Amino acid sequence: MNFLSLFVLIPLVMLLGLWLARDVKGVRAVMVAGSTALLVLAGYLTITFLGDRAAGATEEMLYTASFNWFEPLHIKYSVGVDGISVAMLLLSAVIVFTGTFASWQLKPLTKEYFLWFTLLSLGVFGFFISIDMFAMFMFYEIALIPMYLLIGVWGSGKKEYAAMKLTLMLMGGSAFLMCGIFGIFYGAGGQTMNIVEIANHTGGAHAIDFSQQCIWFPLTFIGFGVLGALFPFHTWSPDGHASAPTAVSMLHAGVLMKLGGYGCFRIAMYLMPEATHELGWIFLILTGISVVYGAFSACVQTDLKYINAYSSVSHCGLVLFAILMLNQTSCTGAVLQMLSHGLMTALFFALIGMIYGRTHTRDIRELNGLMRIMPFLSVGYILAGLANLGLPGFSGFIAEMTIFVGSFQNADTFHRVLTIAACSSIVITAVYILRVVGKILYGTCTNEHHLQLTDATWDERFSVICLILAVAALGMAPLWVSDMITTGVAPIVDHIHASSHVLSTCNPFN
Amino acid sequence: MIQIEYLLIVSAVMMFAGVFGFLTRRSTLAILLSVELMLNATDLNFAVFNRMLYPDGYEGYFFALFSIAISAAESAIAIAIMINIYRMIKNIQVDELEKMKW
Amino acid sequence: MESTILILLLPFFSFILLGVFGKWFSHKAAGLVGTAVLLAVAALSYATAYTYFFDTARTAEGVLPTLVPYNFEWLPFFVEGLSFDMGIMLDPISVMMLIVISTVSLMVHIYSFGYMHGERGFQRYYAFLSLFTMSMLGLVVATNIFQMYMFWELVGVSSYLLIGFYYTSPAAIAASKKAFIVTRFADMFFLIGILIYGYYCRSFGFEFNQAGFAQGAMMLPTALFLMFIGGAGKSAMFPLHIWLPDAMEGPTPVSALIHAATMVVAGVFQIARLFPLWIEYAPGALHVVAWVGAFTAFYAAAVACCQSDIKRVLAFSTISQIAFMMVSLGVCTEYTTGHEHVGSLGYMASMFHLFTHAMFKALLFLGAGCIIHAVHSNEMSAMGGLRKYMPITHITFLIACLAISGIPPFSGFFSKDEILTAAFAYMPAMGWIMTAIAAMTAFYMFRLYFGIFWGTENKELHAHHTPHEAPLTMTFPLMFLAVVTCVAGFIPFGHFVSADGVAYDIHLDWGVAGTSIVIAVASIFLATYMYIGERQPKADAMAEKFSKLHQWAYKRFYLDEVYQYITHRIIFAHVSKPIAWFDRHVVDGFFNFLAWGTNALSFQIRGFQSGSVQKYAYVFLLGTLALLAIMALA
Repeated sequence: MNFLSLFVLIPLVMLLGLWLARDVKGVRAVMVAGSTALLVLAGYLTITFLGDRAAGATEEMLYTASFNWFEPLHIKYSVGVDGISVAMLLLSAVIVFTGTFASWQLKPLTKEYFLWFTLLSLGVFGFFISIDMFAMFMFYEIALIPMYLLIGVWGSGKKEYAAMKLTLMLMGGSAFLMCGIFGIFYGAGGQTMNIVEIANHTGGAHAIDFSQQCIWFPLTFIGFGVLGALFPFHTWSPDGHASAPTAVSMLHAGVLMKLGGYGCFRIAMYLMPEATHELGWIFLILTGISVVYGAFSACVQTDLKYINAYSSVSHCGLVLFAILMLNQTSCTGAVLQMLSHGLMTALFFALIGMIYGRTHTRDIRELNGLMRIMPFLSVGYILAGLANLGLPGFSGFIAEMTIFVGSFQNADTFHRVLTIAACSSIVITAVYILRVVGKILYGTCTNEHHLQLTDATWDERFSVICLILAVAALGMAPLWVSDMITTGVAPIVDHIHASSHVLSTCNPFN
Repeated sequence: MIQIEYLLIVSAVMMFAGVFGFLTRRSTLAILLSVELMLNATDLNFAVFNRMLYPDGYEGYFFALFSIAISAAESAIAIAIMINIYRMIKNIQVDELEKMKW
Repeated sequence: MESTILILLLPFFSFILLGVFGKWFSHKAAGLVGTAVLLAVAALSYATAYTYFFDTARTAEGVLPTLVPYNFEWLPFFVEGLSFDMGIMLDPISVMMLIVISTVSLMVHIYSFGYMHGERGFQRYYAFLSLFTMSMLGLVVATNIFQMYMFWELVGVSSYLLIGFYYTSPAAIAASKKAFIVTRFADMFFLIGILIYGYYCRSFGFEFNQAGFAQGAMMLPTALFLMFIGGAGKSAMFPLHIWLPDAMEGPTPVSALIHAATMVVAGVFQIARLFPLWIEYAPGALHVVAWVGAFTAFYAAAVACCQSDIKRVLAFSTISQIAFMMVSLGVCTEYTTGHEHVGSLGYMASMFHLFTHAMFKALLFLGAGCIIHAVHSNEMSAMGGLRKYMPITHITFLIACLAISGIPPFSGFFSKDEILTAAFAYMPAMGWIMTAIAAMTAFYMFRLYFGIFWGTENKELHAHHTPHEAPLTMTFPLMFLAVVTCVAGFIPFGHFVSADGVAYDIHLDWGVAGTSIVIAVASIFLATYMYIGERQPKADAMAEKFSKLHQWAYKRFYLDEVYQYITHRIIFAHVSKPIAWFDRHVVDGFFNFLAWGTNALSFQIRGFQSGSVQKYAYVFLLGTLALLAIMALA
């Protein structure tokens, strides 16, 4: 048993602890202890990983381990991490940690809430440590199911509708995904589910027959793309986020949506490089639409969470956009954007949840002048907004710049036009962020009921400050994280480029 | 010696009488009787085929006996269900029994 | 030169200190921290400038060397030659900018003590000022275009925060939003320009002699012009100038620092920074810049003649003066200072004007701040006859007005004269246009001056609240800047800053200078004639006669309305709204339809599960028979 499995074991122990906990205090103690342990573990993993890489460990995946699970289908529980997964694990740990504090005062059924929340994080952690397709799929499903209950029971607004919609759409995605995974499994000879082994099977690129790749690639990409809010499969996101309780929105937008981009990169593109070259342009157009379309949609929304959800569509679109640009810079930028968007959007949802918890409305037409009433939350909101629109010093800037520089290295007109269109999103982002800031925070408060409201409590402050520090740290010192990510990205990108497939005539941009 | 055709005709008549009864009768009890009729038709077939075509073997008889045992058990369960239904809805007509749908 | 890093770090730390822990500071302590830090920064900047200009050995060609005390990789891009570096680069223009920024910023810090006295959010104000100073200094010492872009964005944000400082006022909120979005829109082009530049030249750096540049030559004009659009946004060139007049909603010292002296010249600085590229690869585009500048200068001067809000007049005057600098850069035709110095004179003139303009325009704004402080209004109607109440403000304001009008021996005369000389050398038409605009400048500045300090006194208002001279914290910066304005013209600027770095002496071209002096004096007399009296019958009559034109100029030719229309009526109503509608009703509708369809279908087929045993048996029987028939037939 290697220490990566602790990422799954700790949540399991937490589940047990939560089950045994007798009162709210016990629940909180378990949650704090567990999430701190996860954070420490993620920190330890990062340091060890960087140390080992610096010491010259060049394997694609470090700390691998494998156990037979279901022999006839060659399903194994295999774990291992590279630079990308370490970054994602760190992100998940930070968000689970801050999410715990953000839902500190959650009232009805606290214990059950945290049980499902922990199960959700178990799925997320399991997904990022796995390198076996089936295990990944299973953890993905584990992360999905609690969403339904968390939104359906603890949500707000049209929660049943939203929970059902979110679950069904993501399950629809899973159905595609499962076809894709089994297609890859049998296409690659039916010998192994291990991603690295499939990729390096028979010396590299030709593990899966090209004609089969062209079937399984779209299925897998769409399957993960639904989770990554790929246009036009993104509509679960606004409704789902709007109804979800605070910490669930944080975890969902912050981490779960990243599963999509991660999966697209790690499974769909890595294992089917030729189909990526052949069909990537279709998805590139879709993601390009996502980026601009999400931003424009966000401009006219009136619900804070809808604004942020559409903004997530735009930013997550940028992640998929960047990985499809297929070079090391843009893919590194994509992972940076995943990290950065995860932290920023978690911060945003935390703040929106806190404001909503006080004012009981998220309609920007009913809110104004909050700066005077809750200065801490307002300043946090402005910082989150500025981070979101790519202010230097925060993580959004470095991610976007890396993506744009990377995308611009593709010299043909098609990629250029899309890159420039994506650049325009930085202006639109500024429009909707400043519109909200101007409307709800500035000005004078006209609602007498709001004048009595109080500012953030200590647990809320703690959670917000942690996230702001994380965003700022990433934004101010990007070098180490960028270097770490690129060690993971480079082999995958090289692998994709190594497949020297001649594009067929049905690709209009060859 | 009775010809095999006659015996098979009898069993066929019994079979279709059972089918007809099963489809047309409204009383659950009558339906149960029809089912028994069909089972008996098959039992007869087993015996006939064994006796007439494979006189050296015993499998047909065994199956007939086995089937008789099953039908006995089955009738017991069926009647128990009917009694329960009767207790609930004071009736054992099948068209009254629509709770099973959907 | 290692101490230069402190120039950036000190304001950063004071920003963090005041921004995060400002709550626990008293107003006085916060102001003192901010000012002390700025004092240190100014001292360091002067020391750096002294060492750089006087103690650094020139190269064999007599060129001041470019020093790079710090440069490290901040964010790798994994592409050959491209990375995001952070560092400090000292060359004549960046050192000159260090002086300008730290001087004006220091004056504004001192001034704000008095001006912002007792304001809510005093600590926040000083925190933002520190942030701005840090970003602006970072912008000018950038070693590469990406670092410049990064600090460029940061100054944009500090400007946004400071314009929106009075966040309860709707006008300030709208103005800050507008300023940010307009400049952001321009920055998008800047970014694309950077991307093109990086891709084709394989470098983001400012060393332009690498092998890569020749291969990128074809795309360089495009890249440079896109970057110029970014610069035009920051420097308020037509038609991206619309944010600057509105930005006057911020506190007046902020207008002096950001929207008059430093941030708005970032666009000029950017062109100057990339000047070797412009002149070598894109001279045609450079002349386009000149014409854009000339038009903007004219437009802004025309509008300034009709405004009644004194800060707006100054804002349009700023736009016009920055356009002068742009023109000056745009009329350059050669890189070397050469024999006659004329082809590259514009470069030096532009930087010189940037320097002098920063000082006298900051002075004008700070003076306007004193006046607004005294009468609590921005409107000229509330002023008039203030000269007896505020002598110091009056004198310093007059000095600044004379400087901007180009009257010797004040600094503006020297720099503007060089610009005009350069313009005449490029094309006589350009020279005459610029001379005419210079005359308009003199006219509107003296209209403003007479409107404030002479003219009709608003007795009613003044009886109610007698105007008074500002406290020493406010008048000291005025006097300091006035002294600078008086002497700055005699700095041998050509010794320090020139296009190729070779020192030369500035010669006044008395033909050009004489004409411009005569025209400026004539304009001042015209303004005196029209505006000095208790009433202004001539001016009113003119306004009456050309009421249409006056109205258009007063409304700034309705450009704001055009933008309003484009953003709200077209972008919001015809792009965003339909997209949002499409999302909710078509995309989402499709998935809801899918769900509804599945549901409806299940309702349709659930009838088969009737629960009637005999029906099942009947179907079963039929099925069996059908299967039998199929098997029999097959």
